Amino acid sequence: MHDAIKFIQGNEVCVEAALYAGINFFAGYPITPSTEIAEQMAVRLPETGGKFIQMEDEISSMCAIIGASLTGHKTMTATSGPGFSLMQEALGYAIMAEIPCVIVNVMRGGPSTGLPTHVGQGDVCQARYGTHGDHAIVTLTASNHHDIFRMTIEAFNIAETYRTPVILLLDEVTGHLREKIEIPEPGKIPLTKRLRTAVKSGVDYHPYLPREDGRLPMSDFGDIHRYNVTGLYHDMWGFPTDKPQIVYGLIRHLVDKIENNTPKITRFRKYYTKDAETLFISYGASARSTLHLVENRRRRGENVGLLELQSLWPFPADIVREACQHVPLVIVVEMNMGQITKEVKLAVDDPKKVFLANRIDGVLITPTDIRNTLRVIQGKGV
Amino acid sequence: MEKCRLLFSGSGGQGVITSAILLAEAATRYESLNAIQSQSYGAEARGGATRSDVIIWDKPIFFPKVNQPNILICLTQAAFDKYIFSIRPGGTLVTDSRFVKNPGLVDARKVELPFYDTVMEKIGKPVVLNICLLGAIVRMTELVRPESVAALIRERFHPSFHEINIKALELGVELMSGHAMATQ
Amino acid sequence: MALKDYIRQRFFPHIWCPGCGHGIILNGLLRAVDTMGLDKKNIVMVSGIGCSARISGYVDFHSLHTLHGRALAFATGVKLSKPELNVIVPMGDGDALAIGGNHFIHAARRNIEMTAIVMNNRVYGMTGGQFSPLSGYGTMATTVPYGNIDHDFDVVDLATSAGATFVARTSTYHVHELAELITKAINHKGFSVLEVLTQCPTYFGRRNRIGDASEMMEVYKKNTVRIGSKKKQENPDLLERGIFVQKELPEYCREYDNIISKARQK
Repeated sequence: MHDAIKFIQGNEVCVEAALYAGINFFAGYPITPSTEIAEQMAVRLPETGGKFIQMEDEISSMCAIIGASLTGHKTMTATSGPGFSLMQEALGYAIMAEIPCVIVNVMRGGPSTGLPTHVGQGDVCQARYGTHGDHAIVTLTASNHHDIFRMTIEAFNIAETYRTPVILLLDEVTGHLREKIEIPEPGKIPLTKRLRTAVKSGVDYHPYLPREDGRLPMSDFGDIHRYNVTGLYHDMWGFPTDKPQIVYGLIRHLVDKIENNTPKITRFRKYYTKDAETLFISYGASARSTLHLVENRRRRGENVGLLELQSLWPFPADIVREACQHVPLVIVVEMNMGQITKEVKLAVDDPKKVFLANRIDGVLITPTDIRNTLRVIQGKGV
Repeated sequence: MEKCRLLFSGSGGQGVITSAILLAEAATRYESLNAIQSQSYGAEARGGATRSDVIIWDKPIFFPKVNQPNILICLTQAAFDKYIFSIRPGGTLVTDSRFVKNPGLVDARKVELPFYDTVMEKIGKPVVLNICLLGAIVRMTELVRPESVAALIRERFHPSFHEINIKALELGVELMSGHAMATQ
Repeated sequence: MALKDYIRQRFFPHIWCPGCGHGIILNGLLRAVDTMGLDKKNIVMVSGIGCSARISGYVDFHSLHTLHGRALAFATGVKLSKPELNVIVPMGDGDALAIGGNHFIHAARRNIEMTAIVMNNRVYGMTGGQFSPLSGYGTMATTVPYGNIDHDFDVVDLATSAGATFVARTSTYHVHELAELITKAINHKGFSVLEVLTQCPTYFGRRNRIGDASEMMEVYKKNTVRIGSKKKQENPDLLERGIFVQKELPEYCREYDNIISKARQK
């Protein structure tokens, strides 16, 4: 028996992956269905010399991981619906001050306290637009343990590369189900180290002056360079300013560093898309049900395919447009009222061919549900 | 192989989720099969209705829930009443004869076994009821070897609980072996 | 070092009004840091939002200007992840005790080694003079145009009840005491709270007819006494200054180091 093979919950996979990625600080607050992440972090982090703290709420949890990131640590928090709402304020701060960190939201049914123990995918737009002001955001997702492991590591890597918070949207089903995961040997998956400044002591360091490639080397709190960090618009020293040309430059930088790198950030899987006459687009737990249906239909000789999105924001419009180009029927499968469907409609040339197959009652959408929607669209009835 | 879908049901605290995890974990880690275990639960930590779904197959498993179980396990009357109509026609219903009275007309093979009474008689501790049940399921499905489950028990449980749990597992295997279905 | 070596001259002049007490607190803080001989690179100043919060930008330490009320939460992340840093958290009264009240009591309860300086001017200055949880019954402010019916917190009592292991109070009039208490608060091995009464002549003083800055400071002189002073027995309305609590309890970061040792022995 191989020790690296584990049979654990998706939430625990997320913890193992974060440890693999080099996390050394986690702050959180218990909330269903994400609590196992905090519990497991409390066990595992001190074993590696890292720190776990249970804060007084999700607001302070988000603030604490930003503070810890500034001392040079890889940091993460995990929450669900209502907690994610509370984190929006400091999430905006992390975007503005360009602090690398990872926020996991194990989605449950909303709005409000909604359905604590049941699945939903209603926080997709909140991940994108939840915090105030124009901004760009990176959001990844996963449907199975192998991908939860990879996407958690990607989240840390992207956070460091672009000096940005990254949201990992899991859901109650993928977070709680148990399946096999093989933990890769250390070093097998590349990790992105924090880019630190090479500026020497006594030379002026500009924490907020991007290099030519758009990246901003950091300096840890406690190191030689002392600088200011603020959520206000700020100049290259991090000092508050409202000069229009600096304000313009910063907001452009914050959005462009993400949006212009969409191809590099985009992650997806394609199943039988080449000759598909019906293309499903899905993500997270919904993608499992969709893939189940696609495999069944393929065995019967039907030309159906699946584009599984593993990154939702920035929305991979080019990939979606290309995949949908020669397909007469596109069905987006998600457990909300069409949050990604709207994006797909905007991306494709003919939005009329895009339909939604969904379920919003806290129950995982079934392959039968999806098949029935397909039959109705095809005019065959259920 | 046929895809095997099991639905374990009972009340919170009976340990049905633990049984489901042990079965699925043994299948993946000791028998090179694929398995998925999931559960649904309410706000209660004890009492209330608990279910756990297990799928075991030699191919990749995507949809993780069991809507129509081949094997339905009910440890309470309430669980039986709730899930009996979901059973796949021709499937197998496993109940504890003390807790589920007169399953009646069911389109399934019925396996009514005295798990609770046997455990109380031979071990005297009701906490291992779930492991006794698991022994019977292991014997019935023959997807996982009893030794694999025993190894997992040794790995997961505190040493002071190894002996009674492994004894309960063996009791379950014996109970099932003595049942008509095992000799069909 | 000269005091000017502790400030970022590039970012002056500061935003505070003429007569504002916050500059006196800045001065007291720098004198404390200088007396203690702390290395600038080992100090992190974390602040929230408000007039008081701007103090962090003017000092040549690592500085983190955060969100309204959240300074202690950010500071907890800084301190726990790098306990060797000295973390100083200046906060306004609304910042610390209205929007940040929950973070305040929990930081105190946790006893994590940081210094919270509550710069109490009894008003929201940056937004133009609204009442704060420290304004007190009967005071005037823009959002209580008919007089304040909200009662105030006593910062010292609150911090003490919440578990802070060092609690002190002074005012901007008592500048030597101020530097001395800041030094003691920073040196304390646990969560320390220092309330500093500081004048806002622009909003609190004017609206409550107390007078200009110097007249407001006269009030601090007249209306406060050292803890244990006889004057307090004669006049119970006087507000006491000095150290109210100074005790040793297990400190959070050191306790967590023990957790790491336990986890590694497993």
